[in-house]
Amino acid sequence: MKLSPKISQKVAWIAMWIAGVIVFLVLIGLVGFVFLRGIPTLSPGFLSKPITEGGILPAIIGTIYLVLLTLAIAVPLGLGAAIYLAEYAPKGKLTSVVRYGIETLAGVPSIVFGLFGMALFVIVLIGTQSILAGALTMACLVLPTMIRTSEEAIKAVPAAQREASLALGATKWQTITRVVFPAALPGIITAVILCVGRAIEETACLYATLGLSLLTPTSIFHGARTLSLHLYMLATEMPGDRGALVAQAMGTAVILICMVMLINFLAHHLSSRYMSRIRGTGSCEF
Amino acid sequence: MSFEITTKDLDVFYGEKQALKKVNLCVNEHQITALMGPSGCGKSTLLRSLNRMNDNIAGVRVEGQVLLGGRDVYAPEVDAVEIRQRVGMVFQQPNPLPKSIFENIAFGPKVLGMKNKTALEEIAEKSLRAAALWDEVKDELKKSALALSGGQQQRLCIARALAIQPEVILMDEPCSALDPFSTLKIEELMQVLKKRYTIVIVTHNMQQAARVSDWTGFFLMGKLIEYDETAEVFSRPKDKRTENYITGRFG
Amino acid sequence: MPRESLEQHLRELQDEVLVLGSMVEKAISRSMRALKERDLELAKQVIADDEKINQKRLDIEEGCIEFIVTQQPVATDLRIIVAILNIIVDLERIGDHAEGTAHIAVMIGDEPPLKPLIDLPRMAEKTNDMLRRSLDAFINRDAKAAVKISAEDDEVDDLYNQVSRELITFMLEDPRTIGRATRLIWVAHNLERSADRVTNICERVVFVTTGKMEEIKTSRY
Repeated sequence: MKLSPKISQKVAWIAMWIAGVIVFLVLIGLVGFVFLRGIPTLSPGFLSKPITEGGILPAIIGTIYLVLLTLAIAVPLGLGAAIYLAEYAPKGKLTSVVRYGIETLAGVPSIVFGLFGMALFVIVLIGTQSILAGALTMACLVLPTMIRTSEEAIKAVPAAQREASLALGATKWQTITRVVFPAALPGIITAVILCVGRAIEETACLYATLGLSLLTPTSIFHGARTLSLHLYMLATEMPGDRGALVAQAMGTAVILICMVMLINFLAHHLSSRYMSRIRGTGSCEF
Repeated sequence: MSFEITTKDLDVFYGEKQALKKVNLCVNEHQITALMGPSGCGKSTLLRSLNRMNDNIAGVRVEGQVLLGGRDVYAPEVDAVEIRQRVGMVFQQPNPLPKSIFENIAFGPKVLGMKNKTALEEIAEKSLRAAALWDEVKDELKKSALALSGGQQQRLCIARALAIQPEVILMDEPCSALDPFSTLKIEELMQVLKKRYTIVIVTHNMQQAARVSDWTGFFLMGKLIEYDETAEVFSRPKDKRTENYITGRFG
Repeated sequence: MPRESLEQHLRELQDEVLVLGSMVEKAISRSMRALKERDLELAKQVIADDEKINQKRLDIEEGCIEFIVTQQPVATDLRIIVAILNIIVDLERIGDHAEGTAHIAVMIGDEPPLKPLIDLPRMAEKTNDMLRRSLDAFINRDAKAAVKISAEDDEVDDLYNQVSRELITFMLEDPRTIGRATRLIWVAHNLERSADRVTNICERVVFVTTGKMEEIKTSRY
């Protein structure tokens, strides 16, 4: 049976509307469930007490440590690689092999990264499960995302702007730092946010590299646990009071979701303010 | 008559494809030279080989010479960056950088190492005046350049090119994205600028070539078919192919 | 064929020039016949018709302006249109000379003839012949023919010399003929000038064809 264009359009519209509604409901249901179950657990003590006393402070600090250190490693490396690939790499076999490698790396399961991190960073280089080992492993995990997203952002800068700069006697490097990088910045921020999100949410690669220390970390050579890892441990710990553990897990999840939302909001706010400055609404002072 | 730019047997290849074939062209100082021809005839390639903008395209190969004031632009010891400081360029689409009007003008001097704010402000005013844009933007130099109209943006790009004090200004179809009024403004501006600069313009618009230029070159399939004073080319072209092109009987 | 409308417009303008040319030719031959056959009516007709020639010239000029405005001609098209603008002025002026001859025919009226008119009609014929061929050369873009036609102006000049010498002899022999002889000299002069105008047309033909703008031949008068 053939539908008339008018009817098929209507059917398609309704189908997509239903899909949209379902996704929205799932999201609301999920977040709502977590919030309903988790918010009662929240208290000043929950945020400030050590894990042994039912708090999550060490996990919050561990998360911050891990994220910052991961970024400190992955952003310069990833950005450098992205700039090289987008601006300098000759179009050739080697470059396409490198690019293919990066693509593949992005698809490797994170547990494999965990094994690799344990074998190289924990056993060979550092000798113990630690924030550094975890961050190095995490950096390996997020690098493909960082590189690919930044490279796309850099490539998206119009050739006309590069030409404008080169035609004014700027060197290639000046063009990259003064024209291409500022223009690609919103995209690069997006890349960083994706990495932050990944670092916050990931557990598998940290299990064997970061350790599961219950203590508040004081150095990058100490083990720690992140919120996600803590959540995982709470949810899978068999002995003990199941009800209390699940309640704690839900509380942790609320904090986790709030953190992610806050970071996304900040990033969006920053990059839209930056865009409006360069797009000509309002004055710009830079 | 002294020649600012002379090309000698200039060949340009993009990979296997030869875009320019043995082009010999003499651009006169303080005059406007127009290059015209159908799409893909090599006129833009020629323009972009004059300030080595072609260097950035992968697989490009240049043979022959481009003499700028007697010195070969493609000599091994010559730095393309230095050439581009002497030969400014204005593009087809106005391409202001996503920065303020002031920062657009200051960009060139800044990459050359100038830091003094007062000096930069002086250059900005001088360049904007020279590009006939000062009166329109003097109170909003901090505004984003992207907020300007197309015609204003193009004049900003001209001002920006002037700020590095070049000897030659190359214009690659500078008016093709502009309305007729903005086009006329830029054409008027060119007449003023040629007193101090040598201008080479690529244009699809034959009336424009006839209106603004002193010399006109006609390109076809990578070859310079005819090069003469503009009035000659448009009243009595010597080559039948030029005649066919300018009278619209091309192809 | 690209630019069909331009070609069409240009053809029409050139056809109009030929029409004007034949009007002028007619004016020359009729004015000469009026003089020779003392046909006052015909002479008056020529004088009246000159108005039509003038009007035709203005119409063509309008057409050229319209062509320039709408087609923005360059190269050969431009040269053709410039040539037309010049040729129509020459044609109109030749027409005025013919009108002048017709006026003289009226002035002479029924005065006794000085002598049978032989050389003057020959001059008129030659001029007409040159005029017709020069316009053919224009249409055919035949620069060679144009140069040749220009050279033939010498024949008209020779006839003019001959006629004036003869008429001056008349005047010297019998002062009573001075009035009549002078009028005939004017006629000869009109024709000589007309032939010069034809050489102008020939110059335009050379300009259209080769782009060279130069005086082919300087008249001796």
